[in-house]
Amino acid sequence: METVTRYDVIVIGGGVVGSLTARELTRLGARVLVLEAKSDVASGTTAANSGIVHAGFDAETGTNKAKLNVRGSAMMPALTKELSVRYQQIGALVTASGDEGLAGLEKLLERGKKNGVSGLSIVRGEALRALEPNLSTELDCALFATTSGIVCPYGLAIAAMGNAMDNGATLLRNTPVTSIEATDGGYLVNGTYFAKAVVDAAGLAAHKVAALAGFTGLKQHPRRGEYLLLDRNCGGTVKHTVFTLPTKAGKGILVSPTADGNLLLGPTAEDLPEGVNCAVTAAGQDKIIATAKKMVPSVPLGGRITSFAGLRAVGESGDFEISQKNGFVILTGIESPGLSAAPAIAELIGEMLGEAGLLPEKPMANFDPVRTVVRPKEMTDVERDALIRRDPAYGRIVCRCEEVSEGEIRDALRQNPPALTIDGIKRRTRATMGRCQGGFCTPSLVALVSRERKIDETKVAKGDGNSIIADRRTKGGN
Amino acid sequence: MANEKTNALPEIKVGLLVIGAGPAGLAAAVAAYDRGVRDILICERQDFAGGILPQCIHNGFGLKRFGEELTGPEYAGRYEKMAEERGIRIEYGATVTKLSHDRHATVLSDKGMRVYAADAVILAMGCRERPRGALPVVGTRPAGIYTAGCAQKMVNRMGLLPGREIVILGSGDIGLIMARRMTLEGAHVKAVCEVMDHPGGLRRNIVQCLDDFGIPLYLSTTVVEVEGDERVTSVTLAEVDERRRPIPGTERKVPCDTLLLSVGLIPENELTRQAGIEIDPVTNGAAVRENRETSIPGVFACGNVLHVHDLVDFVSEEGEIAGNAAADYLENAKKIETAPVAKIVAKNGVRYTVPELIGNGNTPKVTVFFRVSDSFRDATLIAENENGQILAKKVRRMVPGEMQRVDLPREKLVGTVTLSVATQG
Repeated sequence: METVTRYDVIVIGGGVVGSLTARELTRLGARVLVLEAKSDVASGTTAANSGIVHAGFDAETGTNKAKLNVRGSAMMPALTKELSVRYQQIGALVTASGDEGLAGLEKLLERGKKNGVSGLSIVRGEALRALEPNLSTELDCALFATTSGIVCPYGLAIAAMGNAMDNGATLLRNTPVTSIEATDGGYLVNGTYFAKAVVDAAGLAAHKVAALAGFTGLKQHPRRGEYLLLDRNCGGTVKHTVFTLPTKAGKGILVSPTADGNLLLGPTAEDLPEGVNCAVTAAGQDKIIATAKKMVPSVPLGGRITSFAGLRAVGESGDFEISQKNGFVILTGIESPGLSAAPAIAELIGEMLGEAGLLPEKPMANFDPVRTVVRPKEMTDVERDALIRRDPAYGRIVCRCEEVSEGEIRDALRQNPPALTIDGIKRRTRATMGRCQGGFCTPSLVALVSRERKIDETKVAKGDGNSIIADRRTKGGN
Repeated sequence: MANEKTNALPEIKVGLLVIGAGPAGLAAAVAAYDRGVRDILICERQDFAGGILPQCIHNGFGLKRFGEELTGPEYAGRYEKMAEERGIRIEYGATVTKLSHDRHATVLSDKGMRVYAADAVILAMGCRERPRGALPVVGTRPAGIYTAGCAQKMVNRMGLLPGREIVILGSGDIGLIMARRMTLEGAHVKAVCEVMDHPGGLRRNIVQCLDDFGIPLYLSTTVVEVEGDERVTSVTLAEVDERRRPIPGTERKVPCDTLLLSVGLIPENELTRQAGIEIDPVTNGAAVRENRETSIPGVFACGNVLHVHDLVDFVSEEGEIAGNAAADYLENAKKIETAPVAKIVAKNGVRYTVPELIGNGNTPKVTVFFRVSDSFRDATLIAENENGQILAKKVRRMVPGEMQRVDLPREKLVGTVTLSVATQG
């Protein structure tokens, strides 16, 4: 018989919600195990979304979405500072035109106030032009939300998981959940891991995971959002996140700088049956371009460096569905504004499990909430010079486009949660994310992964499963 | 030592700073040295000289320059040796991260950061390959999609084979070379697709790399979709119309595990832009005079950072022009800055010219390099300005994939000179 390892809580899914939940439960004193199906945390919905921290005026007052978005957004500045995650409160503009548009904005403003959002105002004409000079002249009014921000979504998840691990949490990757057995006043997962409480934060697969534990009848479907990403030299095209008035399908296509300084266009919103992948489509790309041009006619499409798509989990109610029964917490329908709400969702889960008596009596005594990352590019020249003299690896540039050094890549391969793949390095350091998209540095990254992980170069993968970069030697290669 | 209080690194003076030790930078440094410049420093971001040449292990280099056929590493070795014999300093692993209009360069290496204040600068940073994201190819983003140069590095420098069943998009020279290389390594190159109605690379490479190995080339054909979740499983090809739009109904799925991209090279001018140097929108390189001087006096550009060349021999030639000009500039204590006397404008069939500005020179002839936008047979190349025709030259054959050159009489080059192609009938 296999040995069973016991934890206080098992978190299923290492997206931004699962990662922040693992950190919060660790802080509250729990022994936490995180099971991630893929080769890295933050590789599902968290890897491909807009990266916007919404102010919270969009959701209907009183819903989970409204409450948790507003709370999560308020937590974001302090949280990202603790975790050294890129976050900027740049503000958002929901743009419209004419009397009808203005009426729509006023409704949003009212709702925002009811939801408890501060820093909202309506701007018109010249004042709007001054805020956003490249905005289409067709758009003459906007709701200005000063508390809206941008964050690196996978950066937040990786940092939260890393900090949880630094404080004792365990992460297992490439570990899909295949069985959950209610037993002994708790849950036995995959026949190997036992805990009194389970948090099902499996995103798109959350309803399937819940069904394994006998919680059947939940429904979710994927909604695909496609994006276009432009070069960093286009990041200044707009200064704020620019939307148009939201519709039922979502907040619509936006034009926004990203936390890393690129310009992002998207997403589309396409409801799909289960089992589809993250492909981008010609129709989707055309739609993004057409809509973005309506908002910002001068959008510099020549600067596009990549396109990608992400899937959001849409539930039946349209709201975030969060329940706890017998210590089993299920999270379904965590679509937008899931990223903004994630810190508050983690807090809520902590409260739910605490009230159910499933957490230790006292929080962890010596929990260290701080995770630091060495970022030479953000230093002054003098600081960077001193750093390189201490550790020359920070002076060897591997990714020329994003100016990422060997030292940072080495850190990504060592620091919790250590990168295992090229995509893992990419999400931690931005290597391969620049204008050449890895054309120059991919071979060097293969060599570095091989060196640090002590695996053969022919075993280095881009991401999940069979995604080996080059799986055999040449005739003369050894 | 760095000054902690002012937060500025100390400045180190240097006569001529060359950015990049590829074929352009090496030739420029050697030429400047031979003209008497002694205080030369080359900053090279890689750990070796030669730029991309060390991974180009095929032959075909040096026919024009050395009158013999060399491999890439051999060609690079010749210039490396010349630099070494002259004692020209090369800093390896040294990335220039900033360049200012007053010729101050911030350099990063594993020895630290420093700022070089240079009297003259030669830009020789080369170019990069256009990535997939710049193309309208839809579908997933699995492993198995590489630029041809990236695959070439893995095969030739690391001994790694990045795939077995290959489709290549783009018939640029690197794509053609890699079609042959992958075949020699036992991979199966199923198709080379070219969106244009003519090959992008040199004719000799079509013959030697595709025809000799029976690799099919599909013109007016592109890749419209990639499939595969973890690794590429297939790509979809489609024929395109004259405006390069895919023609519905011509789609054809080709199972493969690898897509190599050879879809264009982009001069790496981030530093050039940072310094505020004027850029030509067609070449994406600096707008230069015939001595390869940019819009900032004392800053010169040569090689693929200026415009993408077909042959390294011409890169070296251009490096020499820039190196000589930098030596002239450094010798001339007064550094006379005169406005250009003429501007060359590319028209009807001519896509761009290098140089595009004329001034400061004293040779009786000015050699102008150019590319045509279409294939021409038995056409006439015409240079003219408001004073009339300067030159009308019969040309038997010109194709976009091969750089052309023409000598123009200097005394006639004033005002706006247009260069165009006229066809009979």
